[in-house]
Amino acid sequence: MATQAVAIENTKTGEVTEAVYEHPFIVRLCHWVNAVSLFVMAGSGLQIFRAFPSFGTKIPENVLINWPKSLAIGGWLGGALQWHLTFVWIYIGTGLLYLGYQVFSGNYKQVLFVRRDISGVWPTFRHYFFFGPKPPVRESYNPLQKHAYTSVIILGVLSVATGFAVWKPIQFSWLAWMMGGFHYARLWHFLIMWAMLAFVFGHLIMVVLHGWNNFFPMLTGWKKDPEYIAK
Amino acid sequence: MTPRIDNKKFKSVSRRELLKLTPVIALGAFAIPTLREPLLKAGLGFSDWASKSMFRSGHLATTFRDSQLTPFSKFPINDYDVDDPGVDFDRWTLTVAGAVQKPGDYTLTQIQALPHFRQNTRHVCVEGWDVIGRFGGARLSDFLKTIGADLTARYVYVECADDYYESLDMATALHPQTLLCYEMYDQPLTREHGAPLRLTVPTKVGYKQAKYLTDLKVTNILDRAGYWEDQGYSKFYGL
Repeated sequence: MATQAVAIENTKTGEVTEAVYEHPFIVRLCHWVNAVSLFVMAGSGLQIFRAFPSFGTKIPENVLINWPKSLAIGGWLGGALQWHLTFVWIYIGTGLLYLGYQVFSGNYKQVLFVRRDISGVWPTFRHYFFFGPKPPVRESYNPLQKHAYTSVIILGVLSVATGFAVWKPIQFSWLAWMMGGFHYARLWHFLIMWAMLAFVFGHLIMVVLHGWNNFFPMLTGWKKDPEYIAK
Repeated sequence: MTPRIDNKKFKSVSRRELLKLTPVIALGAFAIPTLREPLLKAGLGFSDWASKSMFRSGHLATTFRDSQLTPFSKFPINDYDVDDPGVDFDRWTLTVAGAVQKPGDYTLTQIQALPHFRQNTRHVCVEGWDVIGRFGGARLSDFLKTIGADLTARYVYVECADDYYESLDMATALHPQTLLCYEMYDQPLTREHGAPLRLTVPTKVGYKQAKYLTDLKVTNILDRAGYWEDQGYSKFYGL
């Protein structure tokens, strides 16, 4: 993949820094719009869940979690449904734009976890969690990152599929059937949300740990002095 | 060979890339109270439009075996007001009006004279729970033909003894599983389940299944879409 790169020369000191254009505009746009819609979808989804916080029968109703109203969006069921059914289209729209762009531009290679990344997962995991040696950095994302990003894209697609099975169990009866019926579709939809929130949690921790130089590229596209460029 | 630029030029390139993201700020409109309501209303309207285009008249809701039925005692009694609005069965009629050739009062006997259908279908509440019930009655489509309804009209609107009101789009009203229901679990409808006549619409969410029907109107214009719809719920809510 041909990535744009420049050498930046400091006019005063003459020092030269490399910079690479890591995140194309469409990727950045989708990232930030999706960050907002994911927040709204999860928040309003939890308010919807509050209306029947169970995966069992209505009579008797066994409450699974009493999710606090203050950590939900919409105020009441009808309000939450308005948010959910408005932002779902933004969520699907950015999802399709992102996937289409990645496939047709070839930029998917940056994030797609492939066979040759498998061997790199454990060394990276060992480095992050058990103070193992840092594996050599060869590209913008390490194997563990690619694994996380590929997984969350799949979860995103599944969140929409399970959502349609819950929203339209008759028109999309085949989707509901694939998920084990309406009851299970609702449970999958809920679990997929938690899996995505777990990703966001880890993602935010990594953003904080890696600092501004790693954060700005998602705003400007340009990463200064990336590790994978040999000096 | 990597092109070389100076740091001022790089800054301006970065700034330009950052400014390209300004459209994202438009989402902030949802944070402004005066804009929020119309935006969410438009969003829900778009969702309803999409729902309408996903509806297939010939596609039937899944039916279930008798062994899969939720026991009658565990079929929730849901209402917005009272369990029993005290309908006088002896004097009850369904008052028909609007775009029909034969308006007037129809008795339960007249409705029961229409072909009888029974179905075990899923009742899905907007809250998220669902039950499988056994419903019996006449097809609304048969009744609409009996009263000489204009089937090109857009809506069938109903009013209830407890002041509840609801509407169905004509395509859903004509769906073969949409019933004027007077039986549940092979027994006459009980008062708390909407006696003497209620709607059973398995392709719609629970709040569309109006109980204690008293009035039916075929119309192109809805002054009111439905009790819950007018509180902010989806007007179409097809499953």
